[in-house]
Amino acid sequence: MDLFEYQGKQYFAQYGISVSPGDIADTVDEAVAVAERVGYPVVLKAQVKVGGRGKAGGVQLAANVDDVRRHANNILGLDIKGHVVHRLWVEHASDIAKEYYASFTLDRANKTHLGMLSAQGGVEIEVVAEENPDAIAFLSIDPVRGLDLATARRWVAEAELDEVAREQAAELLVKLYDCYTRGDCDLAEINPLILTPDNQVHALDAKVTLDENASFRHPEWEAFRVNETEDPREKMAKEKGLNYIGLDGSVGIIANGAGLAMSTLDVVNQVGGTAANFLDIGGGANADVMAAALEVINADPKVKSIFVNIFGGITRVDEVAKGVLEALKRVSITSPIVLRLDGTNAVEGRAILAPHLSSTLITEATMLDAARRAVALATN
Amino acid sequence: MSIFVDENTKVIVQGLTGGQGRFHGLRNRDYGTKIVGGVTPGKGGTDVEGIPMFNTVREAVDATGATASFVVVPPKFAAAAILEAAEGGITFIVSITEGIPAHDEAVTYNRLVEEFPGVRLLGPNCPGIISPGKCNIGITSGDIALPGGPVGIVSRSGTLTYQALHELSQQGIGQTTCVGIGGDPVPGTNFIDCLAAFEADPETLAVMMIGEIGGSEEERAAEWIKLHMTKPVVAYVAGVTAPPGRKMGHAGAIISGSKGTAQAKMAALSEAGVFVCQNPTEAGLKMVEIVKAL
Repeated sequence: MDLFEYQGKQYFAQYGISVSPGDIADTVDEAVAVAERVGYPVVLKAQVKVGGRGKAGGVQLAANVDDVRRHANNILGLDIKGHVVHRLWVEHASDIAKEYYASFTLDRANKTHLGMLSAQGGVEIEVVAEENPDAIAFLSIDPVRGLDLATARRWVAEAELDEVAREQAAELLVKLYDCYTRGDCDLAEINPLILTPDNQVHALDAKVTLDENASFRHPEWEAFRVNETEDPREKMAKEKGLNYIGLDGSVGIIANGAGLAMSTLDVVNQVGGTAANFLDIGGGANADVMAAALEVINADPKVKSIFVNIFGGITRVDEVAKGVLEALKRVSITSPIVLRLDGTNAVEGRAILAPHLSSTLITEATMLDAARRAVALATN
Repeated sequence: MSIFVDENTKVIVQGLTGGQGRFHGLRNRDYGTKIVGGVTPGKGGTDVEGIPMFNTVREAVDATGATASFVVVPPKFAAAAILEAAEGGITFIVSITEGIPAHDEAVTYNRLVEEFPGVRLLGPNCPGIISPGKCNIGITSGDIALPGGPVGIVSRSGTLTYQALHELSQQGIGQTTCVGIGGDPVPGTNFIDCLAAFEADPETLAVMMIGEIGGSEEERAAEWIKLHMTKPVVAYVAGVTAPPGRKMGHAGAIISGSKGTAQAKMAALSEAGVFVCQNPTEAGLKMVEIVKAL
């Protein structure tokens, strides 16, 4: 789960990381109220989960109440790369002497944590990495041992942060690492991490991705699950707990396992069709999950045929078959369904469906044949 | 021959009394796997369909001489169960659990490397391992595999592992061992570990490799193949049509920018002399061609 900047700052604050005083505002009046409270000048920042908002006019400095009204009015409702702004973060504007960069993420190749620190922050780190890789101090951290203050002190020196910033930065990095690990982040990034003219170090931005697998030990994450304006199909799928991504084609896809689902998209594409979605019903899916999946696909008006591609492992094909029949009872499925069923309990599953097969409920023996049939039905 | 496990491997099941543990543990035993015990705290002294239960891995290992463990426990308890297996004397651990937090995986992996250097972890979030006719540890349906070799399979995706087995068995091509390494960010066993084992196994004559978008494991495997692999390799990489920047289920299956795309992986593998195919069926047919020419 990607957090909005304001959520990331709230999360940072829970781990003692210093951020600018500010608050959220959903209306012009709220923006004014926050500005009066935190003191002018203020910065108004569009809360969207997409980069490049500054260039799009989504970040503005306001010296007084008139500025706040004007900018808030302009930014709220602004469309930034398809993301409409519904919320602002208003904070006291910081004077900036220096901009740094700091982040923690997983180094998948080395199976360790990777810290990145640079004295050249405020710009895209990918650009720094490309043009001046020596400007980034990489730190490989053993997840068992973690990051201690002594190591952080050596690291800030190696990154050549300004002398006056080093001790504060080292302490902040230890806190950020704590947030990254104990807070179960996939990514914790501050860009820019600033040094003010009066020698204070704090986070001016926050980019946080949470590891959804760790939700069970973070009840506090519930507050971050705000309703985002998104694809209505994806919204419905999310409500039903399905792993769904909306696409633009005409063949609805249901498969078990991310790999098989991706492969199904590929094969549909290779035989001349286009997929309407990616939908992985996951491991061990039962009849209810299957029924929910069919309902979501059926609600998509672009779908002309549905390809159910199941290779049972932990998922039992008889359960899948029951789910298909259950869905057909619950809702009127408007598109023909082509099924390919193999693996655990496939014989039982096929037997369950056998009496119900028709011109709109079809089984095919192989993935490729089923793809061809589904594509033919979608194009006719 | 087979890699990592064979007909003599003694296996315990951690979580044998749970729904999934019971279903798959008993299924593995029915397949012929030497399932010699189960572990669930508090259930020591009882049995599941004749399989003796123990309270701890250590007790189970002491009583049965097991060297492998099939860990079937929920995500919350998985990291502790894997470490308990290593501490209890198990040297081959199969973790099928999906949804383990990434930090738990990273800590567990590094603790195994540092404290238990002889222990191999397969998974998490993988279908397990099957040496057809000898040993099946995990959730793969045994009837889709064909004994006798000569092909080794290694796959990052669960269901595509089954698909690969199926494609070969349908064509009458047997497998020495099929290893599902799993799609999580910190897999205990990677492509290179399996490729090296297949290269060293005299009965494996060719290898089928199934990759997917995200990360750089396929590219690293390609480098290794170029330098060390003498046996033919056929590969398929899922996710050619995946839209960038979206997470497709597996924590591993995400592409950002140009890195980790199926196209980049296919190009790297091709360049290393691997036969790269467009879908699992094509990969199966290519393998038939290769095996016939051996």
